[in-house]
Formats: sequence, C-alpha cells, structure tokens
Amino acid sequence: MTGRQDSDTVRESKGREVLLQGNEAVAEGSLAAGCRFFAGYPITPATEISEVLSVKLPQLDGTFIQMEDEIASMGAIIGASLTGVKSMTATSGPGFSLMQENIGFACMAEVPCVVVNVMRGGPSTGLPTSPSQGDVMQARWGTHGDHSTIVLSPATVRECFDITVMAFNFSEKYRTPVIVLMDEIVGHMREKILLPPPEDVTVVDRLQPTVPPEWYIPYEDTPTGVPPMGVFGSGYRYHVTGLTHDVRGFPTQRPDEVDPLIRRLFRKITQHFDDIQVGKEFLTEDAQVVVIAYGSVARSAKRAVKEARAREIRAGLFQPITLWPFMRKTVERIATRAKTLIVPEMSMGQISREVKRVNEGRASVVTLNRVDGNLVTPDEILEKILEGTR
Amino acid sequence: MKESTRLIHKYLRHDKKFPHVWCPGCGIGILLGALIRAIDRVGLEKDEVVLISGIGCSSRLPVYVDFNTLHTTHGRALTFASGVKLANPSLNVIVVMGDGDAVAIGGNHLIHAARRNIDLTAVIINNAVYGMTGGQTSPTTPYGMKTTTAVYRNVEHAFRISELAVTAGAVFVGRGTVYHARLLDQLIEKAILKEGFGVVEVISHCHTQYGKLNRLGSAVDMMRSQKENAVSVEKAKKLDAQALEGKIITGVLVDKEQPVYREQYEKVRARAKGMVLAEDL
Repeated sequence: MTGRQDSDTVRESKGREVLLQGNEAVAEGSLAAGCRFFAGYPITPATEISEVLSVKLPQLDGTFIQMEDEIASMGAIIGASLTGVKSMTATSGPGFSLMQENIGFACMAEVPCVVVNVMRGGPSTGLPTSPSQGDVMQARWGTHGDHSTIVLSPATVRECFDITVMAFNFSEKYRTPVIVLMDEIVGHMREKILLPPPEDVTVVDRLQPTVPPEWYIPYEDTPTGVPPMGVFGSGYRYHVTGLTHDVRGFPTQRPDEVDPLIRRLFRKITQHFDDIQVGKEFLTEDAQVVVIAYGSVARSAKRAVKEARAREIRAGLFQPITLWPFMRKTVERIATRAKTLIVPEMSMGQISREVKRVNEGRASVVTLNRVDGNLVTPDEILEKILEGTR
Repeated sequence: MKESTRLIHKYLRHDKKFPHVWCPGCGIGILLGALIRAIDRVGLEKDEVVLISGIGCSSRLPVYVDFNTLHTTHGRALTFASGVKLANPSLNVIVVMGDGDAVAIGGNHLIHAARRNIDLTAVIINNAVYGMTGGQTSPTTPYGMKTTTAVYRNVEHAFRISELAVTAGAVFVGRGTVYHARLLDQLIEKAILKEGFGVVEVISHCHTQYGKLNRLGSAVDMMRSQKENAVSVEKAKKLDAQALEGKIITGVLVDKEQPVYREQYEKVRARAKGMVLAEDL
C-alpha cells in the first residue's frame, strides 16, 4: 500500500460495488480474511460489526456468540484461535479497557486474534456517539507488562476492509493480537466502494508444525522469531500459559529462560518492520509542510493539503496506517526534508508525542488538538499550514 | 499399585519438572488423581481432551498432565473454554477452577456458561480460602471464620457453589469431597459423560493457611471433618434445615436433560442458510 498516491477513490474495475459503512467493511474484511469465530458485547459505536457478523458467520458455518462482557469476549476468541479458527472481537473504549488483561495473555501465549476498537470520546463512558483518537497510547500500552504490539488505523471504508484483512494476516504471521484502531467517524461513515473478489484478497495462515508431535517444541526460537503453532486436537499436545514459560511452554522463573522469551516476543515484531509498517504519502516529496494524520483526520488533512497546493503552498500528507510500531524511519525522512510538521489529532496529542520524539528538532512540530467530540476540519488544518509557511 | 503406575505413565507429563507446587497434604493432588481416573474410565483420547484452568493453586493442575492444556487468566477459564468448545465441538473440554476463580472474579462467567448450556465440565475445588496468595477471604469462607484479610472474623456469608450452579441452570451438578475420593471419581466421570454444562464441586481443605488460622488441625484432621460432616443427597432429603447446618451434602444434586448450546446454534446456522425449521412454522 506504501507509495500508492491516491486510493480514496477506487479505480479497479474488478469487484463488487457496494455502499458500505466502515464497521460493515470491517465485518466483510474479516470474513474475506477467513475469520470464522466472533465473540463480542454490544457497545456504541462498534455494534454494527457484531450485528453483521451475527448474520453472516452462521451462513458460512462460522460461530457468532454474544458473551456476557468484553472480558469474556476476549477470552472466547483466544480459546477459539487455539483450535485453529481465525477469531475477532470488536468494541469501543470502555470495552477495550476490559479486554486489556486477556490481550496481554494473547501476547504472552502468542495466540493470533484481531481486536477492533472503534474509538469514542473518553475517559470513562465519555462521549459514546462522538469520535476521538484518545486510545492510541492505550492500544500500545494498555495491557500490563513489557510487550510489543501491532496497531493499524484505517481512514476510509475501503481501508476498513483492506486493513482488517491485513490485521488478520499480521496476527497469523506473527502470532500476536493485532488491534484495528478506528474512530467513530470511520466506523459510521458510508462510502461507495468496490469489494475485491475473493481471489484478489491475499490471505495468510499461521505456520503449523510439520515435525512429529514428540519432536514439537512449541515456543522454540526460529529465524523469524515466530514458532509454528500447534492446534488443539491436532495431536500436538502442549501447555499454553500466561506465565513466563520455557520453550516447551512450562512455567519458568529462570533468568536464562525468561530473558530470551521476552526478547523474542519483541524481536519477532522489530525484525519485520519493513513488512508491518504501512503508510500512505500524498505529495510529500517536495513538501515544506507535511501534515501527519491518521483515521478520519487524514481525510480532512488531505483536503487541506489540496487547498494549500491550490494556493501554491508546498504541502503534503503522511498517513500512517501502522500506528504501532511507530513508523520512525518514514517520519525521520519526512522531518529531514520538511520545515514544518503538523499533527492534528482528536486528542490532546498522542501520535504527536511520537513525532516529536522521532523528529529530534529537525523540523518544527505543530500540534492541533480537538477534544470537543468533533472532527478536526480541513479549514483548521489549512490555517495551520498557512501559519507554518509564514 | 500396578494400575496407578499405568495411569502415571500414561497421563502425567514426563518432561515436566516434578515435584508439583502444592503443599504436602493438599487436596488438589487427590482431585488430580480422581480426574485422571475418570478420564481413563470414560476412555477419552489424550488428543481430544482440553484441560483449562484459571489462576490460583488449582490452576497449576493442567501443567502436569499430557493433554492439550491451557492455563488462562484469573476467573476467565470458562470464557476461553467456551471459545475452544464452540470452535471445535469434537474436543472434550474440562475446566478446573478454585472457589475464588469460579465464584468471585469469575462468578459471572459461571452463571452464563451454565445458562447457555455449553457442553463443558467445570470442576470447582473449594477450599474456602485464597491459598496461593496466603490465605485471604474467599466468597466461600464461612461466616465467623478467620483469614489473613479477616483477622477480626469474616462477616460475609458464603456462597454455596453447587446450589448457585443449579439455580443458574447447570444440567449436571454434583458435590464431593477430597476425602470421598471414589465418589469424586464417579461424579467427574458422570459430568464428563453428560451432554451439557456439568459442575462438580469438590470440597477441599487448606490446612496451611485457613486451617492454621482457625486452629482446625492438620490435613488429616480437616479431612476427617469432611468425612464426619458429609451427608448424602438421599439422607439430606430426610433431614430438616437445622440438622443440615454446617453439613456437606454430597452426591448428584441435579441431572437433567436439556439441549446443548451447539444443537441450538445449529438451528441458527440452518435459519441463516434460509431453511425453515419445524418449530418456526
């Protein structure tokens, strides 16, 4: 997806033309990726994902279950994934908070799964029907303990589809929970898109062991850092635990076994940055002012950049799709060329902190924070662009 | 002896470091034996058994046995188990929990798993205290007893786990004690064979924490009191509430037929594909 200049408007001729909501596109994407188990709990503004999957999963002999809470939903999708079935849950802020402990379990036990968080205003019950981008840091650090994570953020309805597929592929490839972080606008926005035909959707499945069961070492290090995953019932009997474990999966406190595990859990993500880090650049090559925006704010930013260009201002947009691991290299490159970086967010500044950290004084970083439950408008961003060129 | 050697060789993990984590005299070892004997009697293949636990002393049980084993988060074992069973109904899913796991932090999951009637076997070992963390009050600590967080005595009333499971709709509920090991074998066997959500409550003791604080004596003394206080379900029917005060009612409390969740969900799948079921007409 990197390098594609403009994919808001889909020009491919193949596929099925549909009017879809972002949340519905997430549901469609999950099915295209092979998701056959969904457990969830109703919450605004994510409920449509549950509703669509409650209709479609049983048609495909999959399973939809509405659990008693979000903690149970997260537990159920981990259990389902351990049997080899691709699984997902979807929620919003309060539910995302409840899921955190079990998300950590999935990190530690390396169980592939996808968690969608359609962000609404917070903290606490906050603004259930309004957009926000306040959970960016929570998506990175929400569960306790030192861990790595993958967080992806779509800005268009088509991206909701593509990025959900990508989330499943990353989760299978790297045996890790992947978080799809949307905001209420992206979740509820309707756009006409082309749904790609199934043969055009790349689907990745987890690596399964090929050695005889008695040779299988479930948490053994490999060149990729990702061990093949035995499936419950397939003859590979092993122990899965949230405790720090040795290569056989058994609890350990030995420093020489603990350290390699934690380092491998990080390494399996960090050594694949080139694969995992995905973003879109729009007119950044000669840009003096670059807006760094994600989610629905990237849409406003694009409009603002176009208007600035019409006034012969060299403005550009960088839209990180992978929010975590943070796209350090790209931002460094952009910061070296540009004079000003503008980071509009529907929060008091979460990605802007990362931009400042990576920028290290190269360009001047301007923040634009909106926390009143409304979208950052193109005009607001344009104003900052104009200020930045004065 | 020959029989137990066979069971040990067949079911215990040889690559796992023994000894186990439990205190000498703990009842969880007896439960482990009963569980293995029951699974052996039912004749399940090791590959088709998934043994799932939560957190606490009881949660360490799966690691020693050669099944597909899953040690989850505190109180959430039944949620993971629901996912496993629904995603692959051919697996035989057994969940081991303690009293804190099952009726404090995980109480909500217990009642909902029972209500849904997912085909799981929940074995709840109840020693009336949080043992692993050092003897704190649990929801099954009896009124007036001492714990490390109730040094001025517990002023809350205890949950009765089996009765709670009955009320929540479990189709099989049995209660035994670790003293009555043979009964325990039978109850677990019946619960595994039962189609639907089965609960076996296992009354146990924590002599190192709860017993010491309340001067209840050694593990042997506490097991003797299990023997003396046990009243079978049949006998209990003839006794009044006063006579049953402080007694442990053992045996099968409920054994009823009800369609399991999977069967119900097959109806959903059929309707989703446009079929019209007889009951919809």
